[in-house]
Amino acid sequence: MTAHDYLSILQAALATVSMSLVSIVLGVPLGLGLALIRWSRLPVLNRVTITYVSVVRTCPSVTLALLIFFALPEVGISLDPVPAGIVTLTLSTAAFNTEIWRSALINFPRDQYDAALSLGMRRALRFRRVILPQIIRSSLPALVNEMTLQVKSTPAVAVIGIVEITRAAIRVGARTYQPLPPFIVALVLYSLIVFAFVRTQRLIERRYAKADAG
Amino acid sequence: MAEFYTVWQHRNLIIGGFENTLIIVALAAVGSLTMGALLTIPLMSPQRSIARLATAYVDAMRCVPFLLFVYLIYFGLPTLGIQFDNWSSGLVALVLYNAGYMAELLRAAWTNLPKELIEAGHAFGFFGWRLFRRIILPPVLFSAIPLIGNQLIQIVKDSALLTVIAVAELTHEATSLQTTYFVPFASFVAAVVLYWVTCVTIESTMGLADRFAEARR
Repeated sequence: MTAHDYLSILQAALATVSMSLVSIVLGVPLGLGLALIRWSRLPVLNRVTITYVSVVRTCPSVTLALLIFFALPEVGISLDPVPAGIVTLTLSTAAFNTEIWRSALINFPRDQYDAALSLGMRRALRFRRVILPQIIRSSLPALVNEMTLQVKSTPAVAVIGIVEITRAAIRVGARTYQPLPPFIVALVLYSLIVFAFVRTQRLIERRYAKADAG
Repeated sequence: MAEFYTVWQHRNLIIGGFENTLIIVALAAVGSLTMGALLTIPLMSPQRSIARLATAYVDAMRCVPFLLFVYLIYFGLPTLGIQFDNWSSGLVALVLYNAGYMAELLRAAWTNLPKELIEAGHAFGFFGWRLFRRIILPPVLFSAIPLIGNQLIQIVKDSALLTVIAVAELTHEATSLQTTYFVPFASFVAAVVLYWVTCVTIESTMGLADRFAEARR
């Protein structure tokens, strides 16, 4: 492997990281929105959300990516590989995040909600000041866990032609006829990315603990 | 609608892919559950070095994305002189990869096992393999049923990635249908629906099994 090969895999790592980050930034609030729809039992949207979550959670990311990339042009929405990949990852992570947020909402202590109600807080204020800060804390570990799974499912979008770590490693291996070294580089990169997420989670948790103590 | 009709005409292709998915998932499920159960023995071993080795394996599996692991088995192992055809490497990848996850969730169930149970086993003269097989394994498996169900769904989803090494499973057949007749929407929707049906079936079966286990407890 030459320096150029290492560089090409590193460049692909950038694609993996940025696509994961974009899909997380879009998917986490989207999941929260869907969880709120389920929590407030909005008539029709509730059913739609249940179906969406059920189908997307059981659908392999590869199949979803292929569906979005090849089938959406038929209804007039034609996406380039990268946006299609981001849409795929966002839709799938949002479905998992919905369940995480929902369980946090279900487990939210009822008495606090009633207390906020008795103080005459309006709905939006109640949510922003009382509920949101606490459900963020309680769902953080599960959300980060989902994020690491998300990083590991990014290779699935390689099927629609996005060059991310795995695909870059394959290319190098196919050119040099030595597939093992680039795979090991790829492995190290994935581990580093996942490790970074886990470290960030610990950092945030520690800060919360400090805020509790202080 | 014409698109769906084309898919219906070539339903044998999709059904064949679906059968292959079911077969490979079933084999991988049995294989990874067995291997995962056996892996819990070294994981729970009182000897530090053995436990550390098993933990290293489990952690490694949890760090690698499945696609990379498939490539590693299919393209990487031949460099070391071990060669499989695409079907067996797909199956081997599924089993080895998911065994790590199965071992981890069974280990968690084992740690939650009440100590009295094992002590009672000792008192009745159960040691070693017989203790594991007769006293520890049944309650561990029963209490881990919901988690095993989740992992089975993960195996179904992982199996779709085997399309990259040309295993003729559902996603692979849907892709070939779409490239031949240019029916992307209908063929992938058919695949998504079949995946959904599979996973919902697994979920409800596991729910039934869980209720059965609850009754036996």
